[in-house]
Amino acid sequence: MAIDYLPLLIVLIVAALFAAIALVVPALLGPHRANKQKLEPYESGIIPFSDARRRFPVKFYLVAMLFILFDIEVIFLYPWAGVLRDLRDNYSIWLALAPMGFFLFVLIVGLLYEWKKGALDWK
Amino acid sequence: MDWINLLLLPVLRSVALIVVLLTGFAYLTWYERKLLARFQVRIGPNRAGPYGLLQPIADAVKAVFKEEIVPNMADKAVYMLAPALALIPALIIWAVIPVAKGVPAIADVNIGFLWILAIAGIESYGIILAGWSSNNNYSLLGALRSSAQMISYELPLGVFLVSILMLAGGFSLVSLVETPRAWWEWIWLWLMFPLFFICILAETNRSPFDLPETENELVAGFQTEYGGIKFALFFMAEYINMITTSAIMATLFFGGYRLPFGLLGDVIWLGPFVLAAKVIILLFLFIWVRASVGRPRYDQLMQFNWKFLLPVALGYMIITTLLTVFLK
Repeated sequence: MAIDYLPLLIVLIVAALFAAIALVVPALLGPHRANKQKLEPYESGIIPFSDARRRFPVKFYLVAMLFILFDIEVIFLYPWAGVLRDLRDNYSIWLALAPMGFFLFVLIVGLLYEWKKGALDWK
Repeated sequence: MDWINLLLLPVLRSVALIVVLLTGFAYLTWYERKLLARFQVRIGPNRAGPYGLLQPIADAVKAVFKEEIVPNMADKAVYMLAPALALIPALIIWAVIPVAKGVPAIADVNIGFLWILAIAGIESYGIILAGWSSNNNYSLLGALRSSAQMISYELPLGVFLVSILMLAGGFSLVSLVETPRAWWEWIWLWLMFPLFFICILAETNRSPFDLPETENELVAGFQTEYGGIKFALFFMAEYINMITTSAIMATLFFGGYRLPFGLLGDVIWLGPFVLAAKVIILLFLFIWVRASVGRPRYDQLMQFNWKFLLPVALGYMIITTLLTVFLK
């Protein structure tokens, strides 16, 4: 029932409140003596000459894409893994194994393809 | 009567949970510093109180009274939000972990596994937002590295969790601990434990996988621009994550709150202490690894995940499927 999940919402709210208090109270307690030098970004003592939000290597983007691909596939595994024994007991072994076997086959072929293409190399 | 059970009790339990976790965090820093000191033949903190036991309190007071600084190039709102976003998930994962027979920390829901996976997924937001909002080269690079590393290691972790889920046969962690396991299941689970632990090390950004904050190249990584309490919140998040993941590992692999062989199984109040003991042992493992193992290069780190851990995890899962279907 949905009401069973209410404690999860409550712990989320309490944790958020705690984080908010922890952020706000010390800001009021501490000294306030800011100056220009103090507020500059730390670049090992050199005055920053450009914005840090520049282009970054596309490798990170590739990793994120691969992650989304595989993560969605892993998500599909969860409900199946949860009912695996139920499927075996009440239906048949093949109904439990065959669809996921095919799914995993496609997944592994995809992984091998990415491997061969060099998408998994970090360079 | 109803509102007491529905609202008041969960609120009290949440507050108690957070207090326990914060105390745990404070003394984990002490534990780590003492242990690292012993590993390096030093004494470690010993000035504040007996054996330096008051050191965490002194640190906390210092962090609270530090000056509040927001760098002038930072995106102010996101900059302030990021530490909270890092800390909140670390605190709430605990909700589904059982602490005694039939007693979860907050709620016994039948989605324990999914809750852990989902909240662990949110954790990388705090880090990437911190790195981006600081507008500092070190921070941005650290955050990119960190998020790429965290999402990469989440995959084998997720696949390993699928295997555990198959052996457990249900999504609830409370029933997982109570479900009896055959001896071969224990052996099979423990075979996977070292790999699972490696994934956890990478997920929590702990050394030797602390590449996001390699001091020698990136200063402090994503938290370079953070000071005072906001730094303390990131620190808190990292250490509470260590405690949380240790508790998860204790629950999944080592029977959680139960003593081996069902000893004293009906003494319910013993549960939290047994769990705490297991967590302390696993935390020792974290620190031991930190003291002993050097950092890999970043490309080694990523290749190890994609070319070794992920295929091994998939293979492990396939074998577990066959074992579950044909043996159980």
